[in-house]
Amino acid sequence: MTHPRLLASALVVVALALFPLGAGNYPVKLLQEILIWGIFAMSLDLLMGYAGMVSFGHSAFFGIGGYVAALALGRSPGLVSALALPALAAGLAALLIGFFSIRVSGVYFIMLTLAFSQMFHAYTFQVSWLGAEDGLVGIPRPAVPGLDVSTLRGFHAYLLVLLGLLALALARIVRSPFGHVLRGIHENEARMEALGYAVDRYKLLAFVIAGLVAGVAGSLYSQFNGSITPDAFFWKTSGEALLMVIIGGTGTLGGALLGAAAFILLQSLVSTYTERWMLILGATFILFVLFAPGGIVGALRGRLGLRA
Amino acid sequence: MSAPLLAVEALSRAFGALSALHRVSFQVTARERRAIIGPNGAGKTTLFNVITGQLAPSGGRIRLEGAPIEGLSPHAVARRGISRSFQRNNLFPKLAVQENLRLAAAAGAPGTWSLLGRLERQRGPLERAREVAEIVGLAGRLASPAGLLSYGEQRQLEVGVALATGPRLLLLDEPTAGMSPEETQRMTRMLEALPRDVTLLIIEHDMDVVGSLADRVTVLHYGEVLTEGTFAEVKADPRVYEVYLGEA
Repeated sequence: MTHPRLLASALVVVALALFPLGAGNYPVKLLQEILIWGIFAMSLDLLMGYAGMVSFGHSAFFGIGGYVAALALGRSPGLVSALALPALAAGLAALLIGFFSIRVSGVYFIMLTLAFSQMFHAYTFQVSWLGAEDGLVGIPRPAVPGLDVSTLRGFHAYLLVLLGLLALALARIVRSPFGHVLRGIHENEARMEALGYAVDRYKLLAFVIAGLVAGVAGSLYSQFNGSITPDAFFWKTSGEALLMVIIGGTGTLGGALLGAAAFILLQSLVSTYTERWMLILGATFILFVLFAPGGIVGALRGRLGLRA
Repeated sequence: MSAPLLAVEALSRAFGALSALHRVSFQVTARERRAIIGPNGAGKTTLFNVITGQLAPSGGRIRLEGAPIEGLSPHAVARRGISRSFQRNNLFPKLAVQENLRLAAAAGAPGTWSLLGRLERQRGPLERAREVAEIVGLAGRLASPAGLLSYGEQRQLEVGVALATGPRLLLLDEPTAGMSPEETQRMTRMLEALPRDVTLLIIEHDMDVVGSLADRVTVLHYGEVLTEGTFAEVKADPRVYEVYLGEA
Protein backbone atom coordinates (compact mmCIF):
# COMPACT_ATOMS: atom_id res chain seq x y z
CA MET A 1 0.00 0.00 0.00
CA THR A 2 1.37 3.39 -0.97
CA HIS A 3 1.56 6.29 1.47
CA PRO A 4 -1.15 8.44 -0.17
CA ARG A 5 -3.56 5.51 0.02
CA LEU A 6 -2.68 4.80 3.63
CA LEU A 7 -3.19 8.48 4.47
CA ALA A 8 -6.51 8.58 2.62
CA SER A 9 -7.74 5.45 4.40
CA ALA A 10 -6.73 6.90 7.77
CA LEU A 11 -8.57 10.15 7.01
CA VAL A 12 -11.71 8.24 6.02
CA VAL A 13 -11.60 6.19 9.23
CA VAL A 14 -11.18 9.31 11.37
CA ALA A 15 -14.02 11.07 9.54
CA LEU A 16 -16.31 8.05 9.98
CA ALA A 17 -15.41 7.80 13.65
CA LEU A 18 -16.03 11.49 14.37
CA PHE A 19 -19.22 11.66 12.31
CA PRO A 20 -21.66 11.04 15.22
CA LEU A 21 -20.18 13.99 17.15
CA GLY A 22 -21.31 16.50 14.57
CA ALA A 23 -24.38 14.94 12.99
CA GLY A 24 -27.95 14.26 14.04
CA ASN A 25 -29.52 10.89 14.72
CA TYR A 26 -30.84 10.25 11.23
CA PRO A 27 -27.57 10.76 9.30
CA VAL A 28 -25.72 8.62 11.85
CA LYS A 29 -28.23 5.81 11.45
CA LEU A 30 -27.93 6.12 7.70
CA LEU A 31 -24.15 5.82 7.99
CA GLN A 32 -24.51 2.77 10.22
CA GLU A 33 -26.75 1.14 7.67
CA ILE A 34 -24.08 1.85 5.05
CA LEU A 35 -21.41 0.24 7.22
CA ILE A 36 -23.49 -2.93 7.67
CA TRP A 37 -24.37 -3.23 3.99
CA GLY A 38 -20.77 -2.40 3.18
CA ILE A 39 -19.63 -5.50 5.09
CA PHE A 40 -22.23 -7.57 3.24
CA ALA A 41 -21.21 -6.17 -0.15
CA MET A 42 -17.51 -6.76 0.56
CA SER A 43 -18.22 -10.42 1.31
CA LEU A 44 -20.06 -10.77 -2.00
CA ASP A 45 -17.22 -9.02 -3.81
CA LEU A 46 -14.79 -11.68 -2.58
CA LEU A 47 -16.86 -14.14 -4.64
CA MET A 48 -17.73 -11.94 -7.62
CA GLY A 49 -14.70 -9.74 -8.02
CA TYR A 50 -11.95 -12.14 -7.04
CA ALA A 51 -13.14 -15.71 -7.61
CA GLY A 52 -15.48 -14.75 -10.47
CA MET A 53 -18.45 -16.52 -8.88
CA VAL A 54 -21.62 -14.47 -9.34
CA SER A 55 -23.95 -15.57 -6.56
CA PHE A 56 -27.57 -14.48 -6.53
CA GLY A 57 -28.23 -16.18 -3.22
CA HIS A 58 -25.96 -14.32 -0.85
CA SER A 59 -29.02 -13.29 1.18
CA ALA A 60 -29.12 -16.85 2.56
CA PHE A 61 -26.10 -16.12 4.77
CA PHE A 62 -27.22 -12.60 5.65
CA GLY A 63 -30.56 -14.01 6.79
CA ILE A 64 -29.06 -16.92 8.70
CA GLY A 65 -26.72 -14.53 10.50
CA GLY A 66 -29.67 -12.29 11.34
CA TYR A 67 -31.96 -15.05 12.63
CA VAL A 68 -29.24 -16.90 14.57
CA ALA A 69 -28.25 -13.63 16.25
CA ALA A 70 -31.89 -12.94 17.09
CA LEU A 71 -32.34 -16.36 18.70
CA ALA A 72 -28.96 -16.42 20.47
CA LEU A 73 -29.01 -12.84 21.77
CA GLY A 74 -32.42 -13.54 23.31
CA ARG A 75 -30.83 -16.23 25.45
CA SER A 76 -27.41 -14.81 26.20
CA PRO A 77 -26.59 -11.29 25.03
CA GLY A 78 -22.80 -11.57 24.60
CA LEU A 79 -20.33 -11.37 21.73
CA VAL A 80 -20.53 -15.12 21.15
CA SER A 81 -24.23 -14.74 20.37
CA ALA A 82 -23.67 -11.54 18.44
CA LEU A 83 -20.75 -12.59 16.25
CA ALA A 84 -19.38 -16.11 16.66
CA LEU A 85 -22.61 -18.12 16.41
CA PRO A 86 -24.10 -16.19 13.47
CA ALA A 87 -20.80 -16.41 11.58
CA LEU A 88 -20.45 -20.10 12.33
CA ALA A 89 -24.02 -20.92 11.30
CA ALA A 90 -23.72 -18.93 8.08
CA GLY A 91 -20.37 -20.56 7.34
CA LEU A 92 -21.81 -24.03 7.81
CA ALA A 93 -24.75 -23.19 5.56
CA ALA A 94 -22.28 -21.90 2.96
CA LEU A 95 -20.35 -25.16 3.18
CA LEU A 96 -23.52 -27.10 2.46
CA ILE A 97 -24.96 -24.81 -0.22
CA GLY A 98 -21.54 -24.37 -1.80
CA PHE A 99 -20.96 -28.11 -1.92
CA PHE A 100 -23.93 -28.45 -4.27
CA SER A 101 -23.76 -25.13 -6.13
CA ILE A 102 -20.07 -25.12 -7.01
CA ARG A 103 -20.47 -28.15 -9.27
CA VAL A 104 -22.05 -25.84 -11.81
CA SER A 105 -21.01 -22.43 -13.05
CA GLY A 106 -22.32 -19.34 -14.81
CA VAL A 107 -26.08 -18.99 -15.03
CA TYR A 108 -26.68 -22.37 -13.35
CA PHE A 109 -24.66 -21.26 -10.34
CA ILE A 110 -26.72 -18.05 -10.22
CA MET A 111 -30.00 -19.99 -10.33
CA LEU A 112 -28.95 -22.62 -7.81
CA THR A 113 -27.77 -20.09 -5.22
CA LEU A 114 -30.98 -18.12 -5.80
CA ALA A 115 -33.07 -21.25 -5.26
CA PHE A 116 -31.35 -22.07 -1.97
CA SER A 117 -31.85 -18.56 -0.60
CA GLN A 118 -35.51 -18.54 -1.64
CA MET A 119 -36.03 -21.83 0.19
CA PHE A 120 -34.92 -20.13 3.40
CA HIS A 121 -37.27 -17.25 2.64
CA ALA A 122 -40.20 -19.59 2.10
CA TYR A 123 -39.41 -21.50 5.30
CA THR A 124 -39.02 -18.48 7.58
CA PHE A 125 -42.12 -16.92 6.04
CA GLN A 126 -44.21 -19.86 7.19
CA VAL A 127 -42.92 -21.25 10.48
CA SER A 128 -44.31 -19.78 13.67
CA TRP A 129 -41.26 -20.42 15.83
CA LEU A 130 -39.42 -17.84 13.73
CA GLY A 131 -42.36 -15.44 13.81
CA ALA A 132 -43.48 -16.28 10.26
CA GLU A 133 -43.87 -13.18 8.08
CA ASP A 134 -43.49 -10.79 11.02
CA GLY A 135 -40.10 -12.22 11.89
CA LEU A 136 -38.45 -11.84 15.28
CA VAL A 137 -38.63 -8.59 17.23
CA GLY A 138 -37.21 -7.18 20.43
CA ILE A 139 -33.68 -8.41 19.74
CA PRO A 140 -31.38 -7.08 22.47
CA ARG A 141 -27.97 -5.65 21.67
CA PRO A 142 -25.03 -7.57 23.08
CA ALA A 143 -23.04 -6.68 26.17
CA VAL A 144 -19.66 -5.57 24.84
CA PRO A 145 -16.86 -5.16 27.39
CA GLY A 146 -15.98 -1.50 27.79
CA LEU A 147 -18.61 -0.23 25.38
CA ASP A 148 -22.31 0.53 25.71
CA VAL A 149 -23.63 -0.47 22.29
CA SER A 150 -27.22 0.39 23.20
CA THR A 151 -26.33 4.04 22.58
CA LEU A 152 -26.04 5.46 19.09
CA ARG A 153 -22.38 6.39 19.53
CA GLY A 154 -21.44 3.14 21.25
CA PHE A 155 -23.01 1.09 18.46
CA HIS A 156 -21.23 3.28 15.94
CA ALA A 157 -17.83 2.55 17.47
CA TYR A 158 -18.69 -1.18 17.61
CA LEU A 159 -19.63 -1.19 13.91
CA LEU A 160 -16.54 0.73 12.87
CA VAL A 161 -14.19 -1.61 14.72
CA LEU A 162 -15.85 -4.68 13.21
CA LEU A 163 -15.88 -3.20 9.72
CA GLY A 164 -12.21 -2.31 10.09
CA LEU A 165 -11.22 -5.77 11.26
CA LEU A 166 -13.22 -7.54 8.56
CA ALA A 167 -11.97 -5.20 5.83
CA LEU A 168 -8.36 -5.76 6.92
CA ALA A 169 -8.87 -9.54 7.02
CA LEU A 170 -10.49 -9.59 3.56
CA ALA A 171 -7.80 -7.29 2.14
CA ARG A 172 -5.18 -9.66 3.51
CA ILE A 173 -6.97 -12.68 2.05
CA VAL A 174 -7.28 -11.26 -1.47
CA ARG A 175 -3.55 -10.50 -1.45
CA SER A 176 -2.58 -13.89 0.00
CA PRO A 177 -1.42 -16.89 -2.04
CA PHE A 178 -5.00 -18.20 -1.74
CA GLY A 179 -6.36 -14.90 -3.08
CA HIS A 180 -4.06 -15.17 -6.07
CA VAL A 181 -5.33 -18.69 -6.74
CA LEU A 182 -8.86 -17.20 -6.81
CA ARG A 183 -7.75 -14.62 -9.38
CA GLY A 184 -6.26 -17.39 -11.50
CA ILE A 185 -9.56 -19.29 -11.32
CA HIS A 186 -11.42 -16.12 -12.29
CA GLU A 187 -9.16 -15.65 -15.32
CA ASN A 188 -8.96 -19.22 -16.58
CA GLU A 189 -10.55 -21.96 -14.52
CA ALA A 190 -9.75 -24.79 -16.95
CA ARG A 191 -6.05 -23.93 -17.07
CA MET A 192 -5.86 -23.77 -13.26
CA GLU A 193 -7.37 -27.26 -13.15
CA ALA A 194 -4.87 -28.46 -15.78
CA LEU A 195 -2.01 -27.03 -13.71
CA GLY A 196 -3.00 -29.17 -10.74
CA TYR A 197 -5.30 -26.92 -8.71
CA ALA A 198 -8.35 -28.67 -7.27
CA VAL A 199 -10.42 -25.69 -8.39
CA ASP A 200 -13.68 -26.72 -6.69
CA ARG A 201 -12.05 -26.86 -3.25
CA TYR A 202 -10.62 -23.36 -3.57
CA LYS A 203 -14.00 -22.07 -4.73
CA LEU A 204 -15.72 -23.79 -1.81
CA LEU A 205 -13.38 -22.17 0.72
CA ALA A 206 -14.00 -18.76 -0.87
CA PHE A 207 -17.74 -19.41 -0.68
CA VAL A 208 -17.51 -20.33 3.01
CA ILE A 209 -15.43 -17.26 3.90
CA ALA A 210 -17.90 -15.03 2.06
CA GLY A 211 -20.75 -16.77 3.88
CA LEU A 212 -19.12 -16.23 7.28
CA VAL A 213 -18.67 -12.52 6.71
CA ALA A 214 -22.19 -12.17 5.29
CA GLY A 215 -23.45 -13.87 8.46
CA VAL A 216 -21.77 -11.22 10.59
CA ALA A 217 -23.36 -8.51 8.43
CA GLY A 218 -26.78 -10.11 8.89
CA SER A 219 -26.27 -10.32 12.64
CA LEU A 220 -25.31 -6.64 12.80
CA TYR A 221 -28.41 -5.83 10.78
CA SER A 222 -30.53 -7.66 13.40
CA GLN A 223 -28.82 -5.77 16.19
CA PHE A 224 -29.19 -2.46 14.37
CA ASN A 225 -32.93 -2.83 13.79
CA GLY A 226 -33.75 -4.89 16.87
CA SER A 227 -35.73 -7.12 14.53
CA ILE A 228 -35.33 -9.45 11.58
CA THR A 229 -37.91 -10.52 8.99
CA PRO A 230 -37.96 -13.06 6.13
CA ASP A 231 -37.11 -10.11 3.85
CA ALA A 232 -33.48 -10.64 4.87
CA PHE A 233 -33.57 -13.90 2.88
CA PHE A 234 -35.50 -12.48 -0.07
CA TRP A 235 -33.77 -12.30 -3.46
CA LYS A 236 -34.01 -8.50 -3.28
CA THR A 237 -31.39 -8.56 -0.52
CA SER A 238 -29.02 -10.49 -2.80
CA GLY A 239 -29.87 -8.25 -5.73
CA GLU A 240 -29.15 -5.06 -3.81
CA ALA A 241 -25.76 -6.36 -2.71
CA LEU A 242 -25.00 -7.24 -6.35
CA LEU A 243 -25.91 -3.69 -7.40
CA MET A 244 -23.70 -2.24 -4.67
CA VAL A 245 -20.73 -4.30 -5.79
CA ILE A 246 -21.22 -3.40 -9.45
CA ILE A 247 -21.83 0.31 -8.81
CA GLY A 248 -18.78 0.46 -6.55
CA GLY A 249 -16.52 -1.54 -8.84
CA THR A 250 -16.07 -5.31 -8.73
CA GLY A 251 -12.78 -6.66 -7.53
CA THR A 252 -12.09 -3.76 -5.18
CA LEU A 253 -13.12 -4.15 -1.55
CA GLY A 254 -13.20 -0.35 -1.11
CA GLY A 255 -15.54 -0.23 -4.10
CA ALA A 256 -18.02 -2.47 -2.32
CA LEU A 257 -18.11 0.05 0.56
CA LEU A 258 -18.51 2.98 -1.81
CA GLY A 259 -21.22 1.10 -3.71
CA ALA A 260 -23.11 0.47 -0.48
CA ALA A 261 -22.82 4.16 0.39
CA ALA A 262 -23.98 5.28 -3.05
CA PHE A 263 -26.91 2.87 -3.05
CA ILE A 264 -28.20 3.74 0.41
CA LEU A 265 -27.69 7.50 0.03
CA LEU A 266 -29.46 7.46 -3.31
CA GLN A 267 -32.27 5.39 -1.84
CA SER A 268 -32.81 7.71 1.12
CA LEU A 269 -32.37 10.96 -0.82
CA VAL A 270 -34.54 10.09 -3.78
CA SER A 271 -37.23 8.36 -1.76
CA THR A 272 -37.90 11.59 0.15
CA TYR A 273 -38.89 13.22 -3.16
CA THR A 274 -40.58 10.44 -5.05
CA GLU A 275 -41.98 6.97 -4.52
CA ARG A 276 -40.35 5.93 -7.77
CA TRP A 277 -36.83 5.83 -6.41
CA MET A 278 -36.27 2.38 -7.89
CA LEU A 279 -36.70 3.96 -11.33
CA ILE A 280 -33.93 6.46 -10.60
CA LEU A 281 -31.76 3.73 -9.15
CA GLY A 282 -32.33 1.58 -12.23
CA ALA A 283 -31.32 4.43 -14.51
CA THR A 284 -28.21 5.09 -12.42
CA PHE A 285 -27.29 1.44 -12.63
CA ILE A 286 -27.69 1.38 -16.40
CA LEU A 287 -25.54 4.49 -16.76
CA PHE A 288 -22.84 2.90 -14.63
CA VAL A 289 -22.80 -0.34 -16.57
CA LEU A 290 -22.69 1.49 -19.91
CA PHE A 291 -20.29 4.32 -19.14
CA ALA A 292 -18.34 3.27 -16.04
CA PRO A 293 -18.12 -0.52 -16.10
CA GLY A 294 -15.34 -0.31 -13.52
CA GLY A 295 -17.81 1.28 -11.10
CA ILE A 296 -17.03 4.25 -8.86
CA VAL A 297 -13.52 3.00 -8.15
CA GLY A 298 -12.83 2.40 -11.85
CA ALA A 299 -14.00 5.91 -12.71
CA LEU A 300 -11.91 7.46 -9.92
CA ARG A 301 -8.82 5.55 -11.01
CA GLY A 302 -9.30 6.69 -14.58
CA ARG A 303 -9.68 10.32 -13.51
CA LEU A 304 -6.84 10.41 -11.02
CA GLY A 305 -4.58 8.24 -13.14
CA LEU A 306 -4.18 5.84 -10.24
CA ARG A 307 -3.19 2.25 -10.74
CA ALA A 308 -4.81 -0.80 -9.27
CA MET B 1 13.39 -53.75 -16.53
CA SER B 2 11.46 -50.97 -14.80
CA ALA B 3 8.05 -49.84 -16.05
CA PRO B 4 8.05 -47.24 -18.82
CA LEU B 5 7.24 -43.69 -17.70
CA LEU B 6 4.07 -43.65 -19.78
CA ALA B 7 2.26 -46.71 -21.09
CA VAL B 8 -0.87 -46.26 -23.19
CA GLU B 9 -2.68 -49.58 -23.59
CA ALA B 10 -5.50 -50.16 -26.11
CA LEU B 11 -6.84 -46.67 -25.41
CA SER B 12 -10.13 -45.79 -27.10
CA ARG B 13 -12.34 -42.75 -27.13
CA ALA B 14 -15.53 -42.44 -29.10
CA PHE B 15 -17.70 -39.36 -29.67
CA GLY B 16 -21.07 -40.94 -30.40
CA ALA B 17 -20.54 -43.10 -33.47
CA LEU B 18 -17.20 -41.44 -34.25
CA SER B 19 -14.19 -43.32 -32.97
CA ALA B 20 -11.56 -40.64 -32.34
CA LEU B 21 -9.10 -43.08 -30.79
CA HIS B 22 -9.22 -46.82 -31.44
CA ARG B 23 -7.10 -49.17 -29.33
CA VAL B 24 -4.06 -46.89 -29.32
CA SER B 25 -1.03 -48.42 -27.63
CA PHE B 26 2.49 -47.08 -27.20
CA GLN B 27 5.10 -46.58 -24.51
CA VAL B 28 7.40 -43.73 -23.66
CA THR B 29 10.48 -44.38 -21.55
CA ALA B 30 11.84 -41.85 -19.11
CA ARG B 31 14.12 -39.19 -20.67
CA GLU B 32 12.75 -39.92 -24.14
CA ARG B 33 11.54 -37.29 -26.59
CA ARG B 34 8.63 -38.65 -28.55
CA ALA B 35 6.76 -36.94 -31.37
CA ILE B 36 3.18 -37.75 -32.28
CA ILE B 37 2.42 -36.97 -35.89
CA GLY B 38 -0.50 -37.58 -38.20
CA PRO B 39 -2.82 -35.67 -40.51
CA ASN B 40 -5.54 -33.38 -39.14
CA GLY B 41 -8.26 -35.34 -37.41
CA ALA B 42 -5.95 -38.25 -36.60
CA GLY B 43 -6.84 -37.95 -32.90
CA LYS B 44 -3.62 -36.39 -31.62
CA THR B 45 -5.20 -33.70 -29.43
CA THR B 46 -7.89 -36.14 -28.29
CA LEU B 47 -5.07 -38.42 -27.16
CA PHE B 48 -3.60 -35.57 -25.09
CA ASN B 49 -7.03 -34.72 -23.66
CA VAL B 50 -7.56 -38.30 -22.53
CA ILE B 51 -4.06 -38.66 -21.05
CA THR B 52 -4.41 -35.44 -19.05
CA GLY B 53 -7.93 -36.19 -17.83
CA GLN B 54 -9.83 -33.52 -19.78
CA LEU B 55 -11.68 -36.39 -21.47
CA ALA B 56 -12.54 -39.78 -20.02
CA PRO B 57 -11.48 -42.74 -22.15
CA SER B 58 -14.12 -45.11 -23.56
CA GLY B 59 -11.74 -48.00 -22.95
CA GLY B 60 -8.15 -48.98 -22.29
CA ARG B 61 -5.54 -48.01 -19.74
CA ILE B 62 -3.00 -45.30 -19.19
CA ARG B 63 -0.17 -46.02 -16.75
CA LEU B 64 2.34 -43.64 -15.29
CA GLU B 65 5.27 -45.68 -13.98
CA GLY B 66 2.94 -48.66 -13.84
CA ALA B 67 0.13 -46.96 -11.89
CA PRO B 68 -3.17 -46.48 -13.76
CA ILE B 69 -4.17 -42.83 -14.19
CA GLU B 70 -7.02 -43.03 -16.72
CA GLY B 71 -10.24 -41.35 -15.64
CA LEU B 72 -8.55 -39.14 -13.02
CA SER B 73 -9.53 -35.47 -12.95
CA PRO B 74 -7.13 -33.05 -14.72
CA HIS B 75 -5.77 -31.65 -11.45
CA ALA B 76 -5.06 -35.14 -10.13
CA VAL B 77 -3.19 -36.05 -13.32
CA ALA B 78 -1.21 -32.81 -13.11
CA ARG B 79 -0.30 -33.53 -9.49
CA ARG B 80 1.26 -36.81 -10.60
CA GLY B 81 3.77 -34.91 -12.69
CA ILE B 82 2.16 -34.64 -16.12
CA SER B 83 1.87 -31.15 -17.55
CA ARG B 84 0.64 -29.97 -20.92
CA SER B 85 0.55 -26.98 -23.20
CA PHE B 86 -2.38 -26.27 -25.48
CA GLN B 87 -2.69 -25.92 -29.22
CA ARG B 88 -4.51 -22.63 -28.73
CA ASN B 89 -3.02 -20.25 -26.17
CA ASN B 90 -4.66 -20.96 -22.84
CA LEU B 91 -3.16 -18.34 -20.55
CA PHE B 92 -4.21 -15.85 -17.86
CA PRO B 93 -4.44 -12.84 -20.17
CA LYS B 94 -4.92 -10.11 -17.55
CA LEU B 95 -2.20 -11.42 -15.24
CA ALA B 96 1.46 -10.53 -15.65
CA VAL B 97 3.86 -13.00 -17.26
CA GLN B 98 5.51 -13.56 -13.89
CA GLU B 99 2.16 -14.32 -12.25
CA ASN B 100 1.22 -16.75 -15.07
CA LEU B 101 4.42 -18.66 -14.39
CA ARG B 102 4.25 -18.30 -10.59
CA LEU B 103 0.72 -19.75 -10.44
CA ALA B 104 1.97 -22.72 -12.44
CA ALA B 105 5.05 -23.15 -10.25
CA ALA B 106 2.96 -22.94 -7.06
CA ALA B 107 0.36 -25.48 -8.24
CA GLY B 108 0.02 -28.36 -5.85
CA ALA B 109 2.13 -26.73 -3.15
CA PRO B 110 0.49 -26.50 0.29
CA GLY B 111 1.27 -22.77 0.41
CA THR B 112 -1.57 -22.05 -2.01
CA TRP B 113 -4.05 -22.56 0.84
CA SER B 114 -2.46 -19.83 2.93
CA LEU B 115 -5.17 -17.24 3.62
CA LEU B 116 -3.14 -14.68 5.48
CA GLY B 117 0.37 -15.41 4.24
CA ARG B 118 2.27 -12.96 2.10
CA LEU B 119 2.98 -13.87 -1.49
CA GLU B 120 6.51 -12.43 -1.42
CA ARG B 121 7.42 -14.77 1.42
CA GLN B 122 6.95 -17.84 -0.79
CA ARG B 123 10.27 -17.57 -2.57
CA GLY B 124 10.24 -20.98 -4.27
CA PRO B 125 7.49 -20.46 -6.87
CA LEU B 126 8.68 -16.92 -7.55
CA GLU B 127 12.23 -18.07 -8.24
CA ARG B 128 10.96 -20.93 -10.39
CA ALA B 129 8.83 -18.45 -12.37
CA ARG B 130 11.86 -16.26 -13.10
CA GLU B 131 13.98 -19.28 -13.98
CA VAL B 132 11.37 -20.49 -16.49
CA ALA B 133 10.94 -16.98 -17.92
CA GLU B 134 14.67 -17.08 -18.62
CA ILE B 135 14.36 -20.48 -20.33
CA VAL B 136 11.46 -19.48 -22.60
CA GLY B 137 12.99 -16.09 -23.42
CA LEU B 138 10.53 -13.88 -21.56
CA ALA B 139 12.81 -12.61 -18.79
CA GLY B 140 12.40 -9.09 -20.13
CA ARG B 141 8.61 -9.23 -20.13
CA LEU B 142 7.88 -10.35 -16.55
CA ALA B 143 5.62 -7.42 -15.74
CA SER B 144 3.59 -7.42 -18.99
CA PRO B 145 0.05 -8.81 -18.89
CA ALA B 146 0.06 -12.04 -20.88
CA GLY B 147 -2.71 -10.72 -23.13
CA LEU B 148 -0.47 -7.89 -24.34
CA LEU B 149 2.35 -10.14 -25.54
CA SER B 150 2.83 -10.78 -29.25
CA TYR B 151 1.42 -14.04 -30.55
CA GLY B 152 4.86 -15.63 -30.67
CA GLU B 153 5.63 -14.54 -27.11
CA GLN B 154 2.29 -15.97 -25.96
CA ARG B 155 3.28 -19.30 -27.53
CA GLN B 156 6.54 -19.15 -25.57
CA LEU B 157 4.60 -18.41 -22.39
CA GLU B 158 2.17 -21.25 -23.15
CA VAL B 159 5.10 -23.67 -23.06
CA GLY B 160 6.60 -21.86 -20.08
CA VAL B 161 3.42 -22.23 -17.99
CA ALA B 162 3.38 -25.97 -18.73
CA LEU B 163 7.07 -26.23 -17.88
CA ALA B 164 6.88 -24.19 -14.66
CA THR B 165 4.96 -26.89 -12.79
CA GLY B 166 8.17 -28.94 -12.91
CA PRO B 167 6.68 -31.97 -14.69
CA ARG B 168 8.26 -35.36 -15.21
CA LEU B 169 6.31 -35.73 -18.44
CA LEU B 170 5.63 -32.66 -20.56
CA LEU B 171 2.98 -32.83 -23.29
CA LEU B 172 3.29 -30.11 -25.92
CA ASP B 173 0.43 -29.65 -28.38
CA GLU B 174 1.89 -28.01 -31.48
CA PRO B 175 4.12 -25.54 -29.67
CA THR B 176 5.18 -23.91 -32.94
CA ALA B 177 1.66 -23.56 -34.40
CA GLY B 178 1.32 -20.25 -36.23
CA MET B 179 4.92 -19.20 -35.59
CA SER B 180 7.23 -17.60 -38.12
CA PRO B 181 10.24 -19.68 -39.28
CA GLU B 182 12.57 -17.68 -36.99
CA GLU B 183 10.25 -18.13 -33.99
CA THR B 184 9.94 -21.83 -34.77
CA GLN B 185 13.73 -22.16 -34.82
CA ARG B 186 14.04 -20.37 -31.51
CA MET B 187 11.34 -22.60 -29.97
CA THR B 188 13.09 -25.73 -31.27
CA ARG B 189 16.43 -24.65 -29.81
CA MET B 190 14.71 -23.90 -26.51
CA LEU B 191 13.10 -27.36 -26.40
CA GLU B 192 16.37 -29.05 -27.36
CA ALA B 193 18.07 -27.31 -24.46
CA LEU B 194 15.54 -28.59 -21.88
CA PRO B 195 17.03 -30.97 -19.34
CA ARG B 196 16.62 -34.61 -20.30
CA ASP B 197 14.86 -35.49 -17.05
CA VAL B 198 11.80 -33.79 -18.51
CA THR B 199 10.37 -36.47 -20.77
CA LEU B 200 8.73 -34.92 -23.83
CA LEU B 201 5.66 -35.97 -25.78
CA ILE B 202 5.09 -33.51 -28.57
CA ILE B 203 2.46 -33.12 -31.27
CA GLU B 204 4.08 -31.35 -34.19
CA HIS B 205 3.35 -30.71 -37.85
CA ASP B 206 6.69 -29.16 -38.74
CA MET B 207 8.89 -32.07 -39.88
CA ASP B 208 12.09 -30.09 -39.34
CA VAL B 209 11.15 -29.68 -35.69
CA VAL B 210 10.25 -33.38 -35.40
CA GLY B 211 13.49 -34.41 -37.12
CA SER B 212 15.74 -32.37 -34.89
CA LEU B 213 13.91 -33.01 -31.62
CA ALA B 214 12.35 -36.46 -31.49
CA ASP B 215 14.11 -39.70 -30.53
CA ARG B 216 11.14 -41.67 -31.77
CA VAL B 217 7.98 -40.89 -33.71
CA THR B 218 4.49 -42.40 -33.38
CA VAL B 219 2.20 -41.92 -36.38
CA LEU B 220 -1.56 -41.69 -35.79
CA HIS B 221 -4.06 -42.08 -38.58
CA TYR B 222 -7.84 -42.11 -38.11
CA GLY B 223 -7.41 -42.71 -34.39
CA GLU B 224 -5.10 -45.70 -34.77
CA VAL B 225 -1.35 -46.13 -34.53
CA LEU B 226 -0.12 -46.55 -38.08
CA THR B 227 3.51 -47.10 -37.22
CA GLU B 228 6.27 -46.14 -34.84
CA GLY B 229 10.03 -45.79 -35.13
CA THR B 230 12.89 -43.36 -35.45
CA PHE B 231 12.29 -40.31 -37.62
CA ALA B 232 14.35 -41.88 -40.43
CA GLU B 233 12.39 -45.15 -40.26
CA VAL B 234 9.04 -43.39 -40.23
CA LYS B 235 10.08 -41.10 -43.06
CA ALA B 236 11.07 -44.10 -45.16
CA ASP B 237 7.74 -45.86 -44.58
CA PRO B 238 5.66 -45.59 -47.77
CA ARG B 239 2.38 -45.75 -45.80
CA VAL B 240 3.39 -42.70 -43.78
CA TYR B 241 4.35 -40.90 -46.94
CA GLU B 242 0.96 -41.72 -48.33
CA VAL B 243 -1.21 -40.56 -45.39
CA TYR B 244 0.87 -37.73 -44.12
CA LEU B 245 4.06 -36.60 -45.72
CA GLY B 246 2.51 -36.87 -49.13
CA GLU B 247 -0.04 -34.26 -48.14
CA ALA B 248 2.49 -31.65 -47.14
